[in-house]
Amino acid sequence: MHELGVTESIASICLRHAQSNRARRVLKVNVKLGELTGIVDHYVAFYWDMVTKDTIAQGAELNFTKVPVVSHCPDCDEDFTVVEYDLTCPRCGRADTELVSGREFLVESIEIE
Amino acid sequence: MDIEVLEGIFDANEKIARENEALFRERGVMAMNLMASPGAGKTSLIAATLQLLKEKLEVGVIEGDIASSVDAEKLKAYDIPVVQINTGGACHLDAIMIQQALAHMDLAAIDLLIIENVGNLVCPAEFKLGEALRAMILSVAEGHDKPLKYPLMFSDSDVLVVNKTDLIGLGDFDMAELREVVTRMNPDIVIFEVSCRTGEGLGAWADWLEQRVRDFKES
Ligand SMILES: Nc1nc2c(ncn2[C@@H]2O[C@H](COP(=O)(O)OP(=O)(O)OP(=O)(O)O)[C@@H](O)[C@H]2O)c(=O)[nH]1
Ligand SMILES: [Mg+2]
Ligand SMILES: [Zn+2]
Repeated sequence: MHELGVTESIASICLRHAQSNRARRVLKVNVKLGELTGIVDHYVAFYWDMVTKDTIAQGAELNFTKVPVVSHCPDCDEDFTVVEYDLTCPRCGRADTELVSGREFLVESIEIE
Repeated sequence: MDIEVLEGIFDANEKIARENEALFRERGVMAMNLMASPGAGKTSLIAATLQLLKEKLEVGVIEGDIASSVDAEKLKAYDIPVVQINTGGACHLDAIMIQQALAHMDLAAIDLLIIENVGNLVCPAEFKLGEALRAMILSVAEGHDKPLKYPLMFSDSDVLVVNKTDLIGLGDFDMAELREVVTRMNPDIVIFEVSCRTGEGLGAWADWLEQRVRDFKES
């Protein structure tokens, strides 16, 4: 629901790094998005053109890499993919496993020229 | 040319949240971020909590609302410091709003700061404010299927208050099912069942909260 503000943050991070690398243009922005965050990439993409209009990031491709929710069971010493947010280890039934991924939301890299 | 960035989109907010957290720690204020859908009973729970804790702790409140100061007005009767934040359309509070609001509050005079977030089950969960305690309310009227629809808040909260238990039986709300699902998502969460209407369960909640404040101040 706050995708507009989020899109502005992505743009400002991307423009700051582009400028400090004296870019003429941003071609692509790679964003990592964990599946446990409430962010809908579709809406971010929707705001992207609006937010980057008349900047050097105008027309840049916005690429999302979705990160699945994965947890680690200390008893089994194994990672498992979390289904329906259930952190219970499917192998031994331990409840309090350790979330490994799914919370990411970052600008990973940009491609500039 | 590829440039590695690796910068979190919420980093700016999280930096300010850490500043708020340090300030709370320094002044001995336990901050609680209270999140829930519109109408779940945030203001009602705050009022009931004030009633139960006013002799025991000094409490301050920050009221977050998209517009209006209706909720802040309701709490004025308790004769405690209340600061209103109007987010001007934003669907959540963020750390900067809290930092600005703190300029209007005498932190030395309070033990517990309750922050009523904007009514919304999605966005507030993403924005840390600097709180020591993340609390959420789910009201019986909303149904027991909400955790799987709004996983982040349920996964991330320290305590869940299930409010409006006086309405159990009127619909198909299943408390056992709710507890099971939430505990599978978040094994450490503490769950209270209360009714701000009848007062049921509020004593246990207030006692627990008071203890959390005392533990915080001693740590
Ligand atoms: N039946 C019942 N109604 C309740 C209970 N607690 C609160 N309410 C009612 O629910 C409505 C909303 O309560 P509020 O405390 O204003 O809820 P809120 O979460 O602060 O709402 P917003 O700030 O508008 O998002 C009011 O009409 C309350 O009287 C309860 O335990 N049982
Ligand atoms: Mg309210
Ligand atoms: Zn296991």
